[in-house]
Amino acid sequence: MGELAADKHVKYIISVEKKKDSFESVVMEHLRLNGAYWGLTTLDILGKLDAVDEEDVISWILKCQDESGGFAGNIGHDPHVLYTLSAVQVLALFDKVDILDADKVSNYIVGLQNEDGSFSGDIWGEVDTRFSYIAICCLSILQRLDKINVDKAVEYIVSCKNLDGGFGCTPGGESHSGQIFCCVGALAIAGALHHVDKDLLGWWLCERQVKSGGLNGRPEKLPDVVM
Amino acid sequence: MESDEGDEQQQEAERLPLSQRPEWSDVTPIPQDDGPNPVVPIAYKPEFSETMSYFRAVYYSNERSSRSFQLTKEAICLNPGNYTVWHFRRQIIETLHADLQDELAFVGRIAKSNSKNYQLWHHRRWVAEKLGTGAVNKELQFTKKMLSLDAKNYHAWSHRQWVLQALGGWEDELDYCQMLLGEDIFNNSAWNQRYFVVTRSPLLGGLIAMRDSEVNFTIEAILGNPENESPWRYLRGLYKDDTESWINDPRMSSVCLKVLSTKSNYVFALSTLLDLICHGFWPSEEFREAINALNTPDSGPLDSDLGRAICRVLECVDPLRCNYWLWRKSKLPLTVSSQ
Repeated sequence: MGELAADKHVKYIISVEKKKDSFESVVMEHLRLNGAYWGLTTLDILGKLDAVDEEDVISWILKCQDESGGFAGNIGHDPHVLYTLSAVQVLALFDKVDILDADKVSNYIVGLQNEDGSFSGDIWGEVDTRFSYIAICCLSILQRLDKINVDKAVEYIVSCKNLDGGFGCTPGGESHSGQIFCCVGALAIAGALHHVDKDLLGWWLCERQVKSGGLNGRPEKLPDVVM
Repeated sequence: MESDEGDEQQQEAERLPLSQRPEWSDVTPIPQDDGPNPVVPIAYKPEFSETMSYFRAVYYSNERSSRSFQLTKEAICLNPGNYTVWHFRRQIIETLHADLQDELAFVGRIAKSNSKNYQLWHHRRWVAEKLGTGAVNKELQFTKKMLSLDAKNYHAWSHRQWVLQALGGWEDELDYCQMLLGEDIFNNSAWNQRYFVVTRSPLLGGLIAMRDSEVNFTIEAILGNPENESPWRYLRGLYKDDTESWINDPRMSSVCLKVLSTKSNYVFALSTLLDLICHGFWPSEEFREAINALNTPDSGPLDSDLGRAICRVLECVDPLRCNYWLWRKSKLPLTVSSQ
């Protein structure tokens, strides 16, 4: 088996700004906080987190925080749970979660829980089980999980369970590996894994591996590193 | 109001810098402030930087005008993932009472090259929701068009499900699923939608009423392509929460037997038979004979316990999941065997 070219990965992450005219760099603008999370987590796994200046990162992240308590993808953008989780995760990476006003951040998230237990991504109301996972995960890191209606949140996730044991983005939505990751993760954190039909879902997940060895997200789809 | 005849691509080709447009001369653009030592800095093209600098100006001053509206379109075309711009566009739409049909048309024009963009689909839903039930046909048409480009587009399916539940239009949905499955019987999204219609449509009788005809349809699909994962799962799903009826329906085991008799593409037939047995189905001798007749290479002599024998065959013929079948074998109750 080949070895991971760790140094090359580190070089790539740090030199991202070299790609002057790429479409990719432009469309990353609004989700820079996500990009920071992926890049920094990778550096941490490779043991090279010290390649970035911790103070710079943290002060930039705090500039992304909105008065609602939530975080935006970049300075001057609107808050959204996606970036709020990334912000908290990056701070956790540096073991600096305590610089946050945990109540303020968690209030933002709590405000996004709907009557049926689901979570919206932001004030505009898009609902998706991804956001359930994000909310639960984020509150768990902040040690404020008790601020939401956990039972209702679980109930909503369970309503997204399908005939194959998998989970979709909303009730009736097709089972998808990514959504399953989110739903199972959320249920695990909430101590509600008993709602998962382990055997049925386990087999569905086994069937995601295709001949090439890769894994797809749904039956008859191509394998994808993301999955 | 902005031009609604504009072809967005054409506008891009003819673009005049904002600094040279007279209608923007009174606005001071606000450059992006990343601080003295930017983290993960992005190398923007000048056109992008300029557009966003003007956007920041109108956004921070909350200018909900016609020119702002046009600017959001340009910003979206440069970066359709920028949710702040979409959000501001919605605010402008509300303030100006912009034409919502025009808005649907705009989204429709840029949808093809942004078919998996979360912001686009969310915006579409927001507009459709405002239009209400009057938007049903257009939305069903739109999703149908998007699905004709990619029949498994998750966003399109999600939107379509929302339309049906929020606005209606169930009448032709089962036929639509039928058509898609006719085009590609392997389309798991279409199978999922079929289940959605059968279980939730207010116009059909519900799962139990539909079960019989659905079982027949599904079995036909299975026999046509036994290696197709979706109909096997669908078949199981038709008996959700009713295991008793499932194991007692003779069609369940007979479809397994039929596929086994062909001696090809029988992996799902075997695993389904295994599940039936684990839930209490008593297999007759012909099942044992069918499995022996498979002549599985490398399996060695098969176990007298049918469940264990099936697992052994699966370990050999589905080697990618060998560990899974070994685990299944280890979980088998010891008393299960053929009559």
